[in-house]
Amino acid sequence: MSKEMKANNTNKRLHNVHLLKPGEYYLQGSQACIEGAIMAGCRVYGGYPITPASEIMEYASRRLPQVGGRFIQMEDEIASASLLIGASWGGAKALTATSSPGFSLMQEAISIAIMSETPMVIIDVQRPGPGQGYITASQEDVMQARWGHHGEGSIIALAPSSVQEMFDMTIEAFNLSEQWRTPVLVMAEEPVAHMRERLLIPPWNEIEIIDRKKPQDLGIMPENYLPWGHDIVAPMANWGEGYSVNFVALVHLEDGNITKYSPQMHYDCIERLFRKIEGNVNEIARIETKFLEGCKNLVICYGCVARTAMEAVIEARKEGGLDVGYLRLITLWPFPQERLRDIVGNVNTILVPEMNLGMMKHPITEALRDRFQKIVSIPSLGVLHSPEYILSKIYEEIR
Amino acid sequence: MESSGFIESEKGDGYERGDEVSHIERYEIRIAGFGGQGVVTIGRILGEAFTLYEGKNSVNTQSYGPESRGGACKSEVVVSDGEIRYPNVRKADVLIALSQVALEAYIADLKEGGILLLDPNSIKNMPDRHKYQVYEVPALEIAHDIGGARFQNSVALGALYPQIAHIINESSLLRAISENVPVETVEINIEAFKRGMSYVKRDEGK
Repeated sequence: MSKEMKANNTNKRLHNVHLLKPGEYYLQGSQACIEGAIMAGCRVYGGYPITPASEIMEYASRRLPQVGGRFIQMEDEIASASLLIGASWGGAKALTATSSPGFSLMQEAISIAIMSETPMVIIDVQRPGPGQGYITASQEDVMQARWGHHGEGSIIALAPSSVQEMFDMTIEAFNLSEQWRTPVLVMAEEPVAHMRERLLIPPWNEIEIIDRKKPQDLGIMPENYLPWGHDIVAPMANWGEGYSVNFVALVHLEDGNITKYSPQMHYDCIERLFRKIEGNVNEIARIETKFLEGCKNLVICYGCVARTAMEAVIEARKEGGLDVGYLRLITLWPFPQERLRDIVGNVNTILVPEMNLGMMKHPITEALRDRFQKIVSIPSLGVLHSPEYILSKIYEEIR
Repeated sequence: MESSGFIESEKGDGYERGDEVSHIERYEIRIAGFGGQGVVTIGRILGEAFTLYEGKNSVNTQSYGPESRGGACKSEVVVSDGEIRYPNVRKADVLIALSQVALEAYIADLKEGGILLLDPNSIKNMPDRHKYQVYEVPALEIAHDIGGARFQNSVALGALYPQIAHIINESSLLRAISENVPVETVEINIEAFKRGMSYVKRDEGK
């Protein structure tokens, strides 16, 4: 677990003997994320297989039944994502995993989940596109993650870079989805999903698990319950708990009414969906930095490319004697614009290695629109950058 | 050698480490051949042995493309006592080549003086013997002798062991084999490992 996560878990969901015991394991990223999901309390997996995400589904099909959960192979990705919405409204924590073409198909359900404020987690083991593209490494869905769904609202997307983070950040994804009542995306890549590394399972009581707020927990009586009110994140009543459950993906009032339409009601309804995430960017978004002090050059990276980038940065500093800093976006969306502006104050050159043709370069450029940094993309398609490649670009731009 | 697949939840509680072995900055092992030769399984066994039973860090990756049984296949293990950032091989310390295609594809990435272990029966054009430490092990032949082609990877692993004994204990590899092959084939895989090991040792004595 990340250090900032506090130990306040009540263990109420961790009684099952089939959870992985604390200790060391040697697992694939695809397995680690399912163990993380189970640890977070996920007991429903609905999915449709696709390379290179199929290993997640295969492992889920073994593990979910062992912990008393449900595993359902759906007819396609549209149904898989829709299943998560139903399961979540039934009170479950639910997960699916897919890859880019399937992620496209899930966008409609993601949009409905944003509007209906449905907690759920989708893991996208990205593959290169467009179309069927290829089946290897990619970060080409980072923009689709934010902008792929129709309509306004925002999204939370995380970018793990190791087997350990596939475990930790799947738990974090469930926690964020429950806390903010929103779909959360784990944007993985083929190398991270398929590599095997040490996975450390911490003592169960050190793992923070967040569950959605319910009206009964807050002392709100059924007759006073506003399904879309009370707070910026409304308490969520689930089916069968005695409350009027109001599932609606149309513009609505706090009580769920959709007929008294007005432009103001429309604005209030949708602006809140945006604000609850973008307005809490500093609480939600995490970044990791190294060698920042006084650096004039900065590599900004995310996901498994961050591992190669760190290798290149260390070599550039050690062998090239260059003044290069390192910044990793652990959270891709919401994008921490203000913090980035603070950090890059004195930087001259920013290099952005990505397994696409320069997608996250856009929000970085937007954040620094009134500054004069040179922002250089280091693209790669279908394959993880080699340290030599990133290093050669660093030398080219900085020397 | 086949995978037993699922990892039991009981495996998680601390491991007894083997005898003290050398500290390593970065050590890269690449295994290449055809799909079905157990290339991926050796990688997993090595990775698990280094990580869980030696307490080192290791990353195990495998080729990923539209390959299948009979197609080209490779598996890599990067080992370090420090942090492993870039997960793939940069310049291999060890290449196990189980086919001519694999040898041709990866020999260029083997360090000069690196360990090259190959099955002479599946190699037509031998590489420069002076440039590398070459170990010729008829893994397939030995495997057929003790139970079938599917044990050739354990023979190769056994033949590799004496060359990497400074960084790993035999007991760690044997334990990883036992954990990663079907229960009914554990004994025969260990036999294959021992046969591979004694073959290279006999070779050294010549």
